[in-house]
Amino acid sequence: MNLTLCWSSLAQAAIDPALLKPLAGDDPDARVDAVNAIAALANDDSLKVLNAIKNETLYAAPDGTVYIVDNNIAYNPADGKTSPPPDGIDGVMVNNRLRGAVDAALSGLKLLSPERAVRLDAALDLQKDADPARLPLIEKALAVEMDTDIQAILRMTAATTKLQSADAATRKEAVRALAQSNNPNLIPILQKMTEPNADGSYNEPDVAVRVAAVATMNAIEGRLARNEFIGNLFYGISLGSVLLLTALGLAITFGLMGIINMAHGELLMIGAYTTYVVQLLFRKFLPGAFDAYLLVALPAAFIVAGAVGIALERTVIRWLYGRPLETLLATWGISLILMQAVRSIFGAQNVEVSNPAWMSGGATVLGTLVLPYSRIVIIFFSLAVVGGVWLILNKTRLGLFVRAVTQNRRMAGCTGVATGRVDMLTFGLGSGIAGLGGVALSQLGNVGPDLGQGYIVDSFMVVVLGGVGQLIGTVLAALGLGEVNKFLEPAAGAVMAKIVILVFIIVFIQRRPQGLFAQKGRSVE
Amino acid sequence: MSLTLNKEPLFAKPAWSGILVCAAVLAALPILNLAFPEGHALHVSNYVVTLIGKFMCYALAALALDLVWGYTGILSLGHGLFFALGGYAHGMYLMRAIGHDGVYQSDLPDFMVFLDWKSYPWYWSMTDNYWYCLLLVVLVPGLLAFIFGFFAFRSRIKGVYFSIITQAMTFAFMLLFFRNNTGFGGNNGFTDFKRILGYSVTAPATRAVLYLITLGFLLGALLLCRWIVKSKLGRVLQAVRDSESRLMFIGYNPLGFKLFVWTLSAILCGIAGALYVPQVGIINPSEMSPGNSIEMVVWAAVGGRGTLIGPIIGAFTVNGLKSWFTGAFPELWLFALGAIFILVTLAMPQGLTGLAQKLKKYKEGA
Repeated sequence: MNLTLCWSSLAQAAIDPALLKPLAGDDPDARVDAVNAIAALANDDSLKVLNAIKNETLYAAPDGTVYIVDNNIAYNPADGKTSPPPDGIDGVMVNNRLRGAVDAALSGLKLLSPERAVRLDAALDLQKDADPARLPLIEKALAVEMDTDIQAILRMTAATTKLQSADAATRKEAVRALAQSNNPNLIPILQKMTEPNADGSYNEPDVAVRVAAVATMNAIEGRLARNEFIGNLFYGISLGSVLLLTALGLAITFGLMGIINMAHGELLMIGAYTTYVVQLLFRKFLPGAFDAYLLVALPAAFIVAGAVGIALERTVIRWLYGRPLETLLATWGISLILMQAVRSIFGAQNVEVSNPAWMSGGATVLGTLVLPYSRIVIIFFSLAVVGGVWLILNKTRLGLFVRAVTQNRRMAGCTGVATGRVDMLTFGLGSGIAGLGGVALSQLGNVGPDLGQGYIVDSFMVVVLGGVGQLIGTVLAALGLGEVNKFLEPAAGAVMAKIVILVFIIVFIQRRPQGLFAQKGRSVE
Repeated sequence: MSLTLNKEPLFAKPAWSGILVCAAVLAALPILNLAFPEGHALHVSNYVVTLIGKFMCYALAALALDLVWGYTGILSLGHGLFFALGGYAHGMYLMRAIGHDGVYQSDLPDFMVFLDWKSYPWYWSMTDNYWYCLLLVVLVPGLLAFIFGFFAFRSRIKGVYFSIITQAMTFAFMLLFFRNNTGFGGNNGFTDFKRILGYSVTAPATRAVLYLITLGFLLGALLLCRWIVKSKLGRVLQAVRDSESRLMFIGYNPLGFKLFVWTLSAILCGIAGALYVPQVGIINPSEMSPGNSIEMVVWAAVGGRGTLIGPIIGAFTVNGLKSWFTGAFPELWLFALGAIFILVTLAMPQGLTGLAQKLKKYKEGA
């Protein structure tokens, strides 16, 4: 049984026997009409009848009275009385057409369910194909519906069904009402109404309705275009925030220290795998607190990636300061080793990192736009990380030392700054931030040993485009690239958009090799 | 000194004999393969011939890279692109030469039938002409390198910035070639070649000829590069590497020199790719992945950059190791390759040739 809900909102009323009678007959059209008419009553008995048809427990006596027979007790929906089954009753034949009509009617009846979610689902279901037979039901539901969202959907559906009305005034009113709709499926319907046929005649005979239809079409199209624009804007910012998180660590190691760290992508991957491990541990030992695992994963990823970074700096990179091309090759070698190490430990397959419950799902805005919570969280997270990095670089002693060593290493050393230690900590900071980026990536997509490879070129592009040594440049470059990418995508496709952007950056760097924000002062070569 | 530059022989006598002995040994392999039946003590298997042929293509690419990196100080992380473009240009002819022998027995290559294309796109026109495709092998990588280099060198992009944008370039091309609609077979690229100029590509005799042509190109390229670096032009190139600003103050404009050597290097690399494709039997966009280009750099680094011979030795060494590792311990190969990268940069920046010279000096001193 699909509908065993308590229908407190439904009145207990008998059904007119005249409505029931055609069900026992042979005329298929009359039977479908009867089903719709019964459904439109929307009371407890009509629900029983429809369910009986669906479950094939509806019987008809030779005189045409129908009964619902259950456990050898016959229930007469016309008067609400029960009796033993009369002699000679026979099951009502249910063919596919009738079954379809019953299913549609039953789903329409869900509109009256006390559960908001059930009603919303039913309303959205009905909206998909607006059948004029459902109109009485919709209007009945509309009369008792208190929820404004559902009301709006129902009103749109009612208006859509009224488009097929024979009365021009009703049609015009319906077209006017539809101006509030967000449903893109209406556009072709309205277009059909307004465009002339080959012989010059119109599908819609009334000129006033046609005028209204054009206005409605414009209104819907305008709103859809606005929503698409806002959607692109949002996804652009989201992509930008991901780029920012992946590039921010690099902005420190490459931008400030001048180290070409080709293993940067692998530090992202290590952050993502740390998230995976923390998530596994929570699932095993603290399943109750699973939703909070990210709070542990963030510091864990920062520490693990930072520690790997410091180890790299101490063992390999520090011997190569001042030889950027050699650094590039050595760190590429490191990236190969890290990738293969992860592959040996966790396997070559992608691992699954599940979102905590509060990050799954999304907010629906402006009717049609769904903004996933995970992306919203990551946008704010990236801003927080940028803020944190800014604070560290500008408001702490370490930050002061970092800037001093960047600007003039020898002079900083003369004044007592332990430059080697600062190098180590700066590189650790950049790597740790890459780890944080990895946590964010693990919430958006697949986590596999190759995760970092996809981001290394992008990250370098962001840093180079933004200009080295400038946080604000990195932020603007990341957001700008994200936006441009998302706005190009609908026109050019995802791959072409990416290619166009790479070409753009290559050309841009030729024009302005120092990036958007050039470094000023003595440190400029 | 400057006046006697070109009077010196290209190589010292011992180097000449070394090169000729190596070339003779390499040339003997396919002949032994054809002359002796399988099972004979002197028989060289098809596998070895194909493998060494492949290595020689890699060596040619490494040599080309050394010309720009070792002598001019321009580190390209995008030579895999030129290699692949040369390969694709040659592959276009090889695809046309399949004729009706594909799975769908159509005029078009299978991947076009699969996409429901009815005719060749414009850039495929005339590719059934072998000599036109050979022209493309030279022109496509050459022209791309010329245009890219012109803009990059004109705005004086150097060092790591140049490396990074060459990497971005090959990455962009890889994405482009991965698309099915680009018209180069998407993911799968070109494969299942049947014949070249009417000869079966899999026949041992055809392989031997391809092998010998590759050897010829490798030797020729070595001599050409040696001649260039020994010439006055070569001196300017090395000056670009060592101190570009000083060279400019003396009154040279480095643009033309850099552009020349960069374009030449791309063309040599394209030729290497073109020779590679019929011997290996496949070309696909993964050849353009940034990782492949960096691997080329490590061949040059292992052998010793700035020596011309070194990169050839490096390409053979690294790829020999790769073949052995991927057969014996496949999961360890990336560890080994990573270790080679680190070891070469930290411990032996002059590569194997540098190591050999050090040993020689040490012996002489002792």
